[in-house]
Amino acid sequence: MSTRKQIILGAYLGGVNHHTAWWHPDAGSQIDFSTFEHTARTAERGRFDFFFLAEGLALRERAGKIFDQDIVGRPDTLPVLASLAAVTTHLGLAGTINATFNEPYELARQFATLDHLSGGRTAWNVVTSFDAFTGRNFRRGGFLDRSRRYERAAEMIEALRTLWDSWDDEDLVADKATGRFLRRPDAGTFAIKGNQFDIHGRFTVPRSPQGRPVILQAGVSPEGRDFAARHSDAIFSPFGKLPEAADFYRDVKARAAKFGRNPDDLKILPSASFVLGDTEAEAGERYREVREQQITGRTALILLEQVWNRDLSGYDPDGPLPDVDPDPDAPPIIEGRAFVHQDRFATVARWREIAEAKKLSLRELVIDQFERGPFVGTPAQVAQQIDDFVQDDGSDGLIIGSHLVPRGLDEFVDRVVPLLQERGSLRAEYTGTTLRDNLGLPPLPRRSGSAAAAV
Amino acid sequence: MPDHLHLAVALDGAGWHPAAWREPNARPRDLFSPRYWADLVRTAERGLLDLVTIDDAFGIQTHRIGVPDDRVDEVRGRLDALLIASFVAPLTSRIGLVPTVTTTHTEPFHVSKALATLDHTSLGRAGWQARVSGSAAEAALVGRRVISGYDPRILAAADLPAELRDLFDEAADVIDVVRRLWDSWEDDAEIRDVATRRFIDRSKVHHVDFEGRFFSVRGPSITPRPPQGQPVVSVLAHRREPYELAARAADLVFVTPTAARGAEALLGDVARAVADVGRDGEPLHVYADVVAALDGPGESGADRLRRLDDVAGEPYTSDTTVFGGSAAELADLVASWQALGYRGVRLRPAALPGDLDRIVTDLVPELQRRGLHRTSYPEVSSLRGLLGLPTAVPNRYAEAV
Repeated sequence: MSTRKQIILGAYLGGVNHHTAWWHPDAGSQIDFSTFEHTARTAERGRFDFFFLAEGLALRERAGKIFDQDIVGRPDTLPVLASLAAVTTHLGLAGTINATFNEPYELARQFATLDHLSGGRTAWNVVTSFDAFTGRNFRRGGFLDRSRRYERAAEMIEALRTLWDSWDDEDLVADKATGRFLRRPDAGTFAIKGNQFDIHGRFTVPRSPQGRPVILQAGVSPEGRDFAARHSDAIFSPFGKLPEAADFYRDVKARAAKFGRNPDDLKILPSASFVLGDTEAEAGERYREVREQQITGRTALILLEQVWNRDLSGYDPDGPLPDVDPDPDAPPIIEGRAFVHQDRFATVARWREIAEAKKLSLRELVIDQFERGPFVGTPAQVAQQIDDFVQDDGSDGLIIGSHLVPRGLDEFVDRVVPLLQERGSLRAEYTGTTLRDNLGLPPLPRRSGSAAAAV
Repeated sequence: MPDHLHLAVALDGAGWHPAAWREPNARPRDLFSPRYWADLVRTAERGLLDLVTIDDAFGIQTHRIGVPDDRVDEVRGRLDALLIASFVAPLTSRIGLVPTVTTTHTEPFHVSKALATLDHTSLGRAGWQARVSGSAAEAALVGRRVISGYDPRILAAADLPAELRDLFDEAADVIDVVRRLWDSWEDDAEIRDVATRRFIDRSKVHHVDFEGRFFSVRGPSITPRPPQGQPVVSVLAHRREPYELAARAADLVFVTPTAARGAEALLGDVARAVADVGRDGEPLHVYADVVAALDGPGESGADRLRRLDDVAGEPYTSDTTVFGGSAAELADLVASWQALGYRGVRLRPAALPGDLDRIVTDLVPELQRRGLHRTSYPEVSSLRGLLGLPTAVPNRYAEAV
């Protein structure tokens, strides 16, 4: 019996970004359902734990004009996952849904429905936004300052848990002989009152197969790490390389323990891409080609404009970094894209140092800084790199995507997955039925807390 | 060639009779299971039906109007209809999928991209039954607005309170914005021009910049234009305000003939609403709803309705005609409605799956014998095509060539 850590694998399908090679002759649609179906079936064939879908709520703009250089447009997350539930049997179905631009009752209902329709295979990746630009697509607007953002997210998760717990496991009786459909007249009753929400009534969805969907989050800042360590079942890590990844792993697991949780019940999952070749040299060459194509001069300038918050279109991508300072106080030039660099001046100063030390042009610097640490090599090398990364506690698994949609994942499943299975680090067959089973999370206790209230 | 009669089925829980869940072949424990919904919609597709509607509301079912009750002897609880439709989309290939989605408590941007996505995953078979929620209890579930509780007598009165009339005006705005967002991408916006490295032609992706009395939405949609251009929009209507909503915003309206106001009178009501709002372009298609309990082996539909009433402890009343009888009698009824000018009927099976099975095995062949129902799906690929709606839908934002 192997004592190796079992690698958790998620499959993501690249959405609107510069990573996906839409210009490639083998690239397909980002919208057609067949793309999603193929990727999900491939992931299930590779015994992946889940399929992951991101979300978009506004098309990105630069200086008031919609981006046109990268993939634009995507389908809605939850309907796609519901359709995928029909064509898969074991694969988990994880979707990003924004807690700022949705209301708890509706969202709880949608996720509980998806958990029923999929037989307990759903996960919610909770994100928040403080983006007035996106808010212009919504009735409620949407600007929240940073502190209210976390408040809303925390109350949102709490509200959804309350709604998902509003039915006990035994409430649905449906006994034709006695004519009893509900065990108690108030099944689904809830009342939630906080700073963000004041709602009450009866929830319409009986307790779902998993009890509740798995909760995923991302968090890098100390408050984000605490928030995720307290509330979530799995955390998306931005660190794909040791030793930063291992530092993050230790830190977040310790935070979970501090909140009284078993650290094993919190999974750490970075996203990663891969490039394979029959030889190491061939893989390296393919990787260089992909990177060159992903970051054109224009894409490089736009990525930097987001940090500088200036029009940099006059700069030569093959020349040095811009010699001007960022302009944080100007209206944003890039809208609709998550901004991750809190201190623009510090980021720019660091980039200037790196560019000087490594003698990088503007575009080379972007390629260097925006790469996501892919696994590159022969299938055997990539299998070993992945296995070592997980066994050395860089993470509990990886969320794998390819630059090529929809067939890029096939290569990974055909050539790398069997090697991971041979190493005893990846299941050969699914053993459970729910996503919680897949992930090795303990089942939730049965819910019968309202039994005493039953008539 | 005159268009044949269109056949829709309205799916809800265990059927429309409150005691239906206790029928011997009912599957009440499966109402929340994927297999139940897959089975029902596949059955309907086997009957070559035009579409299924899947009923929904935010609030829990109730015997009273707008207020939750304490009953434990009827079906309570419901899954999200749009996600049920999404789930069955890959399991079916021809039948239209029309979930109910409320206009009162949802974000039009979310509704638009969700229905557009259903149209993408079903390859052009999506529709929408837009529904206004005037219930105080449903408003409390969402917490964003307060809606007064109204006595049923006020709701039945000739003049609705202004608050409720506003909900219909708001619904018209919601449908308008959803439709604008569907048009916000022109069909050929995605160009994938490798030479210039442009993925879209951004002159073909448009902000909608809607600003109305109730909300504003900027757009464009994140989801490219759905395959049908405009998925089919429907409204269930019983009185002037919803007739006018349908006339302003919908492709088809479901109406409810009763003894008090018959099928012919309702066509007049709809025609008046159409004239009052000045609808032009494609005529509003009118479908009549009927609850159907069909004769089965050893028991007539009428007897079954009586037996179900006994189980329920009271006679079943509906907002529309309740039919109990043979397939031939029901065919007579729907043929008479077609002769009046109805484009179709929507059958609400009294009990599921029993009455749906009988619709497919008894009523459909009877209608086929009379030339009133298709014998195979036509070579059109969209729900609009099935229903006889124009399949080339101009995009309001495209410049005339």
